[in-house]
Amino acid sequence: MTRHSNWHPPAVPSPALRPPAHRVSRTAIRYWAARALGGWLVIAAAQVGWWIAAGGHTGLRIAGLAATVALAAAHAIVMPQWRYRVHRWEVAPQAVYTRAGWLRQESRIAPISRIQTVDSERGPLEQIFGLANVTVTTASAAGPLEIDGLDYATALRLVDELTTAAQATRGDAT
Amino acid sequence: MSDWQRLSRRMLLIHPVQEIPRALPALLGVALAGSRSGNGGLWALVGVGIAVGLGMMRWFTTTYRVTEDRVEVRQGLFRRRLLAVSRDRIRTVDVTAHAFHRLLGVTRVTIGTGRSDREGGGSVRLDGLDARVAARLRDDLLHRTPAPAPSAAPAPATPPTEIARLDSRWVRYGPFTLSGVVAVGVVAGFAANFINEANLDPRQYGVLRDAADQVRDAPLVLAIVEVLVVAMVVVAIASTVGYVLAFWGFRLTRDPRGTLHVTRGLLTTRATTIEERRLHGVEISEPLLLRAVRGARCIAIATGLRVGRGAERGGSLLLPPAPVAEARRVGAAIVRATAPLECPLASHGPRARTRRFTRALMGWAALVVVVAAASALFGWPGWPWQAALALLPFALALAADRYRSLGHAVSGDRLVARAGSLVRRRSVLAHDGIIGWNITRTLFQRRAGLTTLTATTAAGHQHYDVQDVALAEALRVAEAATPGLLTPFLETGAARRAA
Repeated sequence: MTRHSNWHPPAVPSPALRPPAHRVSRTAIRYWAARALGGWLVIAAAQVGWWIAAGGHTGLRIAGLAATVALAAAHAIVMPQWRYRVHRWEVAPQAVYTRAGWLRQESRIAPISRIQTVDSERGPLEQIFGLANVTVTTASAAGPLEIDGLDYATALRLVDELTTAAQATRGDAT
Repeated sequence: MSDWQRLSRRMLLIHPVQEIPRALPALLGVALAGSRSGNGGLWALVGVGIAVGLGMMRWFTTTYRVTEDRVEVRQGLFRRRLLAVSRDRIRTVDVTAHAFHRLLGVTRVTIGTGRSDREGGGSVRLDGLDARVAARLRDDLLHRTPAPAPSAAPAPATPPTEIARLDSRWVRYGPFTLSGVVAVGVVAGFAANFINEANLDPRQYGVLRDAADQVRDAPLVLAIVEVLVVAMVVVAIASTVGYVLAFWGFRLTRDPRGTLHVTRGLLTTRATTIEERRLHGVEISEPLLLRAVRGARCIAIATGLRVGRGAERGGSLLLPPAPVAEARRVGAAIVRATAPLECPLASHGPRARTRRFTRALMGWAALVVVVAAASALFGWPGWPWQAALALLPFALALAADRYRSLGHAVSGDRLVARAGSLVRRRSVLAHDGIIGWNITRTLFQRRAGLTTLTATTAAGHQHYDVQDVALAEALRVAEAATPGLLTPFLETGAARRAA
């Protein structure tokens, strides 16, 4: 009746998870860079503010600012390119599949029959770039699937498609 | 049962008593303000009268009714509130009686709806009902018989079967639960505050003075040992008392109509009823101290019962600290299979072991560097960073134990995962309770070819992890637990090479 899982690798080649089919919009690269620079700008502003308020230690302060600028540049150049290679999504007949992250990458899979809500959000920055994100939630607090950096038209189409598909299945999805 | 009903009339006594401590700060203020005009006592009396009146008003303004499809509660004097809960959304019913409630034969009924994602859980509370009315209400809410077919003879009521009951020898696990630490801390804090405020000098009392002098005159090492021993004894006693208070009379039964029933408590009694349809598994939890004396707890993984968070934990507890064999037996009885609780677990291999050690050593090194830097910058004495250095054996032992704990299995139609050292948990989750999968790979995990497979669920912790497992094994586990869900996204080695 029970099957223990002291499995040994079978002779057949082991399966691998293929990446989801679709990439997000290319514009997302610029959007992520802008978002990252925004964060670094706050840090730089704080440093400048401290300099003006307290003064002194000119050498140290210039070095600190230079370090911030260097880190910001590296982050804004590397992170968006990396993310663009990782971020992908796909809707299969039975399930939604997403992949996101850069240093820490996470693939999420949820069955369409367990979808509870589908929503799309556009922050001010996303509106400037003509982007939107889509969040798919299930009954588990641990498993929302987020697709970041879709172009607006795709996001709307996706929300519509997923909502229709989820409605086709019944039950309280817990 | 469709008429609006009131709470037990005896609440007219209990509500005011509950109200007075809450109104105490206001009463003190009134008494102080009044004392200036010379009749503070009179004003305080008026204040008490108002508090009592408001307390009694709660009885007059609260009504409830149970209809065919919902439970409704109306309450409030100036701000009327109507709370309605659909009966098919009711997952748990919790019946609690504090000491004063018990004296008067009254209980508080909390009806849980399984919204584990928000504070308060969207639950409805009836405080309080006559104990017999409460028992009938619970039975009625959870064992709702579908409208009886006219010809069908009423099914003979089968009595509930007992799964476990408290063995008084289990009290020996009390000291190892450390549940007394918080209580002792709170009491000590209050005492210190009180002594301070009241300008009491502890040195006025002979016993305390002798003890203080003894500790002060003893050599440093001896003094530290003495203080530690006293603290340990006090905590052990408090924890044991806490164990007895919380779990006395513990009994776990299964009603053949599909519910589990937990009753426990010495002064405050508590009875929780869980719908088995909402129970997706169990967790055997072994905090390090308890594990050292071969004890364990058994916790339900059910929708609507949040795990953790103090009082909420009480609701999902299926077995208080008890011998580990007993915890496994109860777990097996709950999930109706022995294998998930007993079966050997697949180990996660040498790369997972390396990762445990790397992480423990990195943590230890970071601690040493921070403490050493602080010592250099702020002129701390030398011993803190030496003490941090001396923690190395503990870090290594922790890493070794964390690796030993790691394991997973697919047993029948259940996913089994185990991890942790300070608290080791073996979670048994039914496949149909699994909603989806998160497959996480950090930079370092990718380099080691490992992944963390997370089963998401609406029950318990909301997610159960298989930590640091080889990617191929993670996919096999996921495929075995939810056949077909991953299939469209898999490719075999041959296809990969062709691509």
